[in-house]
Amino acid sequence: MTDHVSMALLERYATGGQGIAADTLWAVEAHLEGCAPCRERLGEAVVRRSPEATALLAAVRAKLATEVASSPQMPAQATRRVGRWVPPGIWPRLAMTIVVIAAALVLDLLGGGQFVLLVAPVVPLLGVAAVWSAGLDPAHELVVASPRAGLFMVLRRTLAVLLVVIPALTVAGALAGASPARWLLPCLVFTAGALALGELIGLRWAASALALVWTAGVIAPSVLAARAPLILEPVSLPYWAGLLAVIAVALVLRRDAYTGLRSETWSVR
Amino acid sequence: MVRAVSTAETAATAYAWTIHADGLRVRAGRRMAVDGLDLAMDTGVHGLLGPNGAGKTTLVRSIATVLRPAGGTLTLLGEKVNGRLDLRGLRRQVGYLPQEFGYYRRFTVREFVEYIAWLKDMPAAETPGAVQRAIDRVGLTDRADDRMKTLSGGMVRRAGIAQAIVNDPRILLLDEPTAGLDPDQRLQLRALLRELGTDTCVLVSTHLVEDVAAACTDVLLIDAGRLVFQGVPADLAAAGDSAGTSAGTSAGTSDSAAERGYSAILRRHRRERES
Repeated sequence: MTDHVSMALLERYATGGQGIAADTLWAVEAHLEGCAPCRERLGEAVVRRSPEATALLAAVRAKLATEVASSPQMPAQATRRVGRWVPPGIWPRLAMTIVVIAAALVLDLLGGGQFVLLVAPVVPLLGVAAVWSAGLDPAHELVVASPRAGLFMVLRRTLAVLLVVIPALTVAGALAGASPARWLLPCLVFTAGALALGELIGLRWAASALALVWTAGVIAPSVLAARAPLILEPVSLPYWAGLLAVIAVALVLRRDAYTGLRSETWSVR
Repeated sequence: MVRAVSTAETAATAYAWTIHADGLRVRAGRRMAVDGLDLAMDTGVHGLLGPNGAGKTTLVRSIATVLRPAGGTLTLLGEKVNGRLDLRGLRRQVGYLPQEFGYYRRFTVREFVEYIAWLKDMPAAETPGAVQRAIDRVGLTDRADDRMKTLSGGMVRRAGIAQAIVNDPRILLLDEPTAGLDPDQRLQLRALLRELGTDTCVLVSTHLVEDVAAACTDVLLIDAGRLVFQGVPADLAAAGDSAGTSAGTSAGTSDSAAERGYSAILRRHRRERES
């Protein structure tokens, strides 16, 4: 016995299946259900051997075509896909991020400070906070209960935020004289750090806490002393790289925190 | 509109109950909102009743695998919900309408339901048909391409039901689905619930006793995190009739038997707990 239904059998099936034993008929139908090539051959057999069935199918097709034409259709839109990368409520936050970067740039150009460099590590946190937060994403409850919830989804949304923030920072940095070599690693450390800390206390709180620590610990003293802090000099980069590696490991180890099953309601309310 | 049924859906199951809780305890904030709940549910429409703060929403959220059980066991589709469970596989078979249904205001109904279908891992080829079918079933066909922010409260609720049923779930959790619906829409929703209940385990949390009496095959009454009563709606009505005559409650004539049964069972339970 071959794997597929023979043409002779298909032609008999196409003309009504008279004289095919019940068990064979059952096997033919079971095979046709799962085998597209055989269905195609059955279609050819129908056209060749059974003009009345062909006419019936043509009539059904014509009738369906008019019904389909009068029923609402799914519009094809490319914009829908964007929502799969960022939560739809994040746009105001991203706009705010751009405003902060622009304000820092203006201060630098007017006063000759280092504001772009100083805010660069923490400015992505504005958007990152909204990536996984009940307060900033109206459908968060639906998102956390969905199969796609988890670290991968969080990282994907974070990447979308960084794809907006880093080019903006690069442009502002070029105008203000802050090279990406100085702020890119700290920027990634703070982003990953917020995600890792967010596994413990919720992403929104984590982002706020880190931004506060940076503002109080680095931005304020640097502005008072009117010089760039040592930890944003190239000499500190190896430490940032080491920190990033440690944070990445911690993030992956506790990834289940983003999948759901929380015992506390920290990131829901 | 019909859809193809795969062999996986019609396969025999190897578990006794679709949802089974045994001594389940779930924390909501600092409070133990569900405290020692025993529950067994199979295919059908199950009405979850209880006073405010009884733990209805917390129970629904733990079945939706949003909250981790603090104690006891919760078994969904034959799988124990704990840290080791493959949540992704389970969640594909769950539909969930939260009590506070948040949505994206600028999305059209179709975009929103399609987004949820994507979140639920549905194959891209099946999504447009499934989205259209879900929207048709809740009666929003003519508003499918309107933005969510232009819908009335009842329509938003129906869009919420559409997103919950888009993946043809085995477990459907609806938290207060009738809130904001007018009487005619509530009748339509009840018909839809009965239809869904033929092959799905539907858990409907509500505070409207008449919804339960009309649409549910099974009634669950919880109070202070425990199951107080489980039975068919007729049992609830029978409890109301006997309570109305024996305890001499001052029930108004317009109260239904089911409503009297609800309050009679609650009162009896509270008396027993205090003594």
